[in-house]
Amino acid sequence: MSDRGVIAVEGFNPPIPERRSEPMPSVAGSVTGLVNGFFEWFGSLGIFSWQVFKAAVTPPYEWRELIRQLDEVGSKSFPLVALAGAAIGVIISLEARYSLTRFGAKSMFPATLVYSVIQVMGPIITGLIVCGRVGAGMGAELASMKVSEQIDAIEASAINPYRLLAATRILACILMLPLLTLAADASGLLTGWFAQSLVEPLSFHQFIASGFKGATFNAFLPQTFKTAVYGLIIGLIACFQGMRTQGGAEGVGRAATNSVVLGSLFLILADVVLVKLILVVFP
Amino acid sequence: MAIAYDIAMKEAEPELDGSAPVVVAEDLRKTFGSHNVLNGINLSVNRGETLAVLGRSGTGKSVLLRLIIGLETPDSGSIRIHGQNIVGLALDRMGEIRKKMGFLFQHAALYDSLTVAENVAFPLVHHRKDMSGSERGERVKQLLAEVGMEGNLAKMPSDISGGMQKRVGLARALALEPEILLLDEPTAGLDPISSGEIDDLILKLQRERQMASIVVTHDLHSARTIANSLALLDQGNVVIEGTFEDLQESGIGFVKEFLKQS
Ligand SMILES: Nc1ncnc2c1ncn2[C@@H]1O[C@H](COP(=O)(O)OP(=O)(O)O)[C@@H](O)[C@H]1O
Ligand SMILES: [Mg+2]
Repeated sequence: MSDRGVIAVEGFNPPIPERRSEPMPSVAGSVTGLVNGFFEWFGSLGIFSWQVFKAAVTPPYEWRELIRQLDEVGSKSFPLVALAGAAIGVIISLEARYSLTRFGAKSMFPATLVYSVIQVMGPIITGLIVCGRVGAGMGAELASMKVSEQIDAIEASAINPYRLLAATRILACILMLPLLTLAADASGLLTGWFAQSLVEPLSFHQFIASGFKGATFNAFLPQTFKTAVYGLIIGLIACFQGMRTQGGAEGVGRAATNSVVLGSLFLILADVVLVKLILVVFP
Repeated sequence: MAIAYDIAMKEAEPELDGSAPVVVAEDLRKTFGSHNVLNGINLSVNRGETLAVLGRSGTGKSVLLRLIIGLETPDSGSIRIHGQNIVGLALDRMGEIRKKMGFLFQHAALYDSLTVAENVAFPLVHHRKDMSGSERGERVKQLLAEVGMEGNLAKMPSDISGGMQKRVGLARALALEPEILLLDEPTAGLDPISSGEIDDLILKLQRERQMASIVVTHDLHSARTIANSLALLDQGNVVIEGTFEDLQESGIGFVKEFLKQS
């Protein structure tokens, strides 16, 4: 079956170039190897994504597993995300007070905090935290299932592992990321306001009213919902790395590491594109 | 119209014809990198028959079973299940065929996050949505009783021995009442009494449900008991296929050596 090739393809690491007698070509050889490995990785990722997509849109739908994964992604990440959001709120609050006071624009404080948290820091911090927590967890779980033939066992039981394992996990990430971002935002705004109110009394009501004054949905919604794309990246990379794992316990460790490293890398790269895109589409 | 209908029926249910082989492999070849594992294997198994596959470790017996259920793709050759070539079939089409197949992995491959009972229930949960929870529970108990594991429903796979895992794996393979059973060393790691019970179970399934089985085994005694025919694999080829007596009478050096050592 040609469509099984995805999982079996070699890892991202480029193949070790063959030894040659001439000294020079070894550099060229390793570059070729690197380039080959790179394209091979993207090629397999493409085929994997197509398999998952096909499986996700055709019945039977795996509702039970989806709900389990929603709970897994949501409840496991929530405390971490809320805590990180809280820390970010305090940091921005301290920094903003300092800079705004210097420039004599103290009245801008609420708006600065709201914009920094909701537009910039909330989404990216949530993305990175979930990538670390959930990406590593999924990568390792699927990798260990792969090397102990449990994924083969699922397939041998006439169940499509792309549908049962990958589609549900990726969808759970896509759905949960925006919600977790909202949680991080809320917790950041709360602690940011609190840190400020210790220095200068300001009611929460006033803070919110002035922070959101004149703000439109366009300013906040796209920034929050773009995190669904982060979720897609986190889930897709983790499932891909996990389900193609080879080589025992070492392979499992490698899959977990790669899920996090590649996931956060692509997440930040995607953000560059997303930010620009949102500026163009929602001016 | 009627004729076309007849032909369609024949193609859909060729297994009703007792003489047609259920599993046929032709000229199967498989390499991993530069390592030639299988060099042109031919085999065929009919309804109600058991083929025992023998051979030293690393000769590709497990790879052969994995090819037959489509977990690996052959480099060339064909595998027909009920007359349909499965090579290159899409995952969901293959799934329809796999519902009629039971597979026991060499290392059991139980789901380590599920209990023994949940492992056996897994295929039923996914493919027998008509079953109620209590019907399913009954069926799971009955399956586990058949392999002598009825006392371990709530245990986790990591808390039972390798031989017990194999028996649970066998119960899981039987859950959907398959027509074809592929077993990778079902009695390895079992005590002689348990292995005898597994042999009896395989014979019973063969007799009562006309199951076609391919059993990889190192146990010549067991092979002799359960199999209609034995195939000895070496260096990617079937060295000899026949009854136990055929093997005994063969003049091939490797076969003599193999029988003597076992
Ligand atoms: N996925 C794989 N990648 C590379 N080599 C493999 C793979 N699967 C099996 N092999 C090799 O194929 C040979 C046969 O393996 P196997 O079928 O497990 O032997 P056995 O007859 O003991 O069951 C072994 O040398 C093994 O290393
Ligand atoms: Mg084996």
